[in-house]
Amino acid sequence: MGVMTIDGRKVEFTDEPNILTVIRKADIDIPTLCYHSELSVYGACRLCTVENDKGKTFASCSEPPRDGMVIYTNTPRLMKYRKLILELLLAAHCRDCTTCIKSGECQLQSLAHRMGVMDVRFENTKELQPIDDSSPAIVRDPNKCILCGDCVRMCDNVQAVNVIDFAYRGTKALVTPAFDKKIAETDCVNCGQCRVVCPTGAISIKTNMDVIWDLLADKDTKVIAQIAPAVRVAVGDQFGLPRGENVMGKLVNVLHRMGFDEVFDTSYGADLTVIEESEELLNRLESGEKLPLFTSCCPAWVRYCENRYPEFAENLSTCRSPQQMFGAVVREYYKDPEKNLGKRVVSVSIMPCTAKKDEILRPESSTNGKQDIDYVLTTTELVSMIRKSGIRFENLEIEASDMPFGIGSGAGVIFGVTGGVTEAVLRRLRKGHNRVDMDNIKFSGVRGEKGLKEVEFDYNGRTIRAAIVSGLGNADALLKRIKAGEVHYDFVEVMACYRGCVMGGGQPVPAGPRTKSARMKGLYDSDVNTQIKKSNENPLVQTLYDGLLKGKEHKLLHRNFEAAKNE
Amino acid sequence: MLDTSYYEKADEIIARHTREERSLIPIIQDIQEEYRYLPPELLTYVAKQIGITEAKAYSVASFYENFSFEQKGKYVIKVCDGTACHVRKSIPILERLYKELGLNDKKHTSDDLYFTVETVSCLGACGLAPAITVNDVVYPKMSPEKVVDLLKELRGE
Repeated sequence: MGVMTIDGRKVEFTDEPNILTVIRKADIDIPTLCYHSELSVYGACRLCTVENDKGKTFASCSEPPRDGMVIYTNTPRLMKYRKLILELLLAAHCRDCTTCIKSGECQLQSLAHRMGVMDVRFENTKELQPIDDSSPAIVRDPNKCILCGDCVRMCDNVQAVNVIDFAYRGTKALVTPAFDKKIAETDCVNCGQCRVVCPTGAISIKTNMDVIWDLLADKDTKVIAQIAPAVRVAVGDQFGLPRGENVMGKLVNVLHRMGFDEVFDTSYGADLTVIEESEELLNRLESGEKLPLFTSCCPAWVRYCENRYPEFAENLSTCRSPQQMFGAVVREYYKDPEKNLGKRVVSVSIMPCTAKKDEILRPESSTNGKQDIDYVLTTTELVSMIRKSGIRFENLEIEASDMPFGIGSGAGVIFGVTGGVTEAVLRRLRKGHNRVDMDNIKFSGVRGEKGLKEVEFDYNGRTIRAAIVSGLGNADALLKRIKAGEVHYDFVEVMACYRGCVMGGGQPVPAGPRTKSARMKGLYDSDVNTQIKKSNENPLVQTLYDGLLKGKEHKLLHRNFEAAKNE
Repeated sequence: MLDTSYYEKADEIIARHTREERSLIPIIQDIQEEYRYLPPELLTYVAKQIGITEAKAYSVASFYENFSFEQKGKYVIKVCDGTACHVRKSIPILERLYKELGLNDKKHTSDDLYFTVETVSCLGACGLAPAITVNDVVYPKMSPEKVVDLLKELRGE
C-alpha cells in the first residue's frame, strides 16, 4: 500500500508487483516488448525505462513500487532512449514489413511508429538465418527475432516444454532448438503459445489459406467446415464487435458466402466425446485399471504426455478428440453418393489451436487409410480470410449451422475453456436435469481461471476425484505428484494452454487480461443460452448412434491405434 | 550414435558430481577435458541425466567459447591476439597457419585431426609477444616463418 507520484500526479498502489503495472493502472500505456504478466520478469527490452526525481533511470518492470516514489515516464531523455532502442532493434531486424504475416499486428512495428522512428541509420550486419518451416504448426523466422525471450520463457516457465532457448551470445545470439535442429526434430508439442507472445513475425502460424481458397473455388469439390467452440468468441472483437461475444451465427454466414458448402458445429463432436469418455471412465472405474483417466481432446497435451511421461500414455483416453470424432463421422456420412453428389469431399476444421494441425497428420487420426480431416484453419487465419474477402463481417445477418450436425449442447460448447470437459462429463453422469443440479456442478469448483482445480463428486455412492489442469507447466507439476503417489485421482482433464482453448495458439493476438476473461465468459454465456445442457440429450447425437454409428462406434470414435502400429 | 564407452565415461564423470542443474558446467568441463571436445550426443545425455532440457544445456554450452562441439586436433594451437601480440603482428602468424593447414575462421581443425588453430584474447605473456601456445606450452616471439618450422617439428618431419 502506498502512494507514488507519476508524471506529477499522485497514484495509489496496493499489491502491484512492479512499477510498470502501477503506471499502466494510471492509464499510461508505457511501451514494452518483453513484459507479460504471466511470464517471469526479464527486463531485456528496456523500453519501460522511467526516470526518478534524482535523474536515475531504471526499468519499471523490474522495480517494486515504494511509497513516496516520484517518477517520470515521458521526459525528453526517456523518449530519446526509447526511440534509439527501437532504431537499434530495427537495424538488426528483417524490415520487409509489407510482406510480413504479422504486419499490422506487430508490436515492434507499431511501437516504432508510435515513437516516431522515421529512419534507421545503422546497417544490418547480422548473418541471414534460414527459415524453419518444418513444423506443421508454426514457422520460425530468426531474422525477425528481437531476442526479447518471450517465447523462451513461455516454452519453459509456463509450458515446461523448453525446446527453444537462447544459444550463443553477443551479436551471434539466437533463439533456437538445441544444436540448431529444426522444430519438427524436437519435442515441440505444437501448442503455439510461443507464437501468442511473440511480438514480431519471428514465430507465426503455418498457414493453409491459399489451398483453401483454391478448394472453395473448385466446383467439383464439396468443402465441409466445422467450427470449434473457442473460435466463436474470438472473432467478433477483430471486427469491432464486443470482446468475447459469440458470433457463431455470423461465422456460419461468412463461411457460406466464402464458398463452404456445409458449416457444422464442433460442439456436436464434443458431445460425442463426452458420451464416449464418460463410458470409458465408468469402465475404468469398474475394472480399476489405467486410472486416472486422462482426457485426450488436447493434441498438444497428448504429445507432451507421450514425450515426457510415456508411462502414462496408457492412461490417456482412447477417444478421439472432438475434431477427429467429427471428422470421422463426416467422412462416413459423405461416403453416400446421394450426399456427396459425386464430388470430392474436403473436410476443414476451424480451430483455436495450432496443435490441431499436427493432430490431423497422426496415423491414428485416419480411417481406412484416409486422413479424417484434410486441413485445419486457425481462428487467426479465418480472420485473415474474412478480411481478404472484403465481406463486412460486423454487418452480417446470422445464420444457423447446417444439418444434420448443426446442434451442439451447452456441454459441448464449454469444451473451449478449462474445466469444460469435466463439467460436461459431470452433467452426463448426473441423472437429474434440473437447474439445482446444474448449479451444483457449476459451483463445484470446475470453473475459474486457476491452473489447477480439484473436484469431488458422487456417482452411485462412490466418490470420484477429478483434477483439472491448464497450462503444461501445471500439468507437469501435477504428473510429478501423481507419479510420486502424493495425490490420487480418477479423472484428469488437461488442456495445454493456460485457461483452455480460448487462449489457444491459433487465436488472434494480442489478447490482454480483459479479452481472456471475456472469451471465457462468452462460452459460459452461450451455454446458458442453450436449451440442451447435456451431451446425451442432444437429439442429433441420439439419431447418429441409432443410425450411422451403429456397430462402428469404436472404429469412428476412438483413436485408430492399428494404423498407428503399422506406421 | 557414439560408442557405448563414451556413455560409460560420461556416467563415471556424472557420478563425481550431483545430479542437478548446477552441475552442468563442471560435468561438461570434465567431459571436454577427457575428449578435448564436448561430443554433442554427450551434452544431450548429460542434460537428461541431470534433469534439464537439451535446449537449456545447449544454451549454456554454446554461450561459452570454451566449449567445442567439434572434435579437436592432436595439437591445439592458440594464437594470442591480445593488444600486445596484435601490434607485434600476430595476425600474419594466424594467416600463415591457416594457409599451411587449409583452415579459415570457420574451419578450425585440419582434416587429418592433427591441428586445431584458435585465437585467444590474451595469454598473459605480453612480454613475449607475439606468443602462441601448443597444448598449453608457450612458444614466445613467434613469426610466420617460425610457425612453419614448428609445424614441421610437431609433425615429426
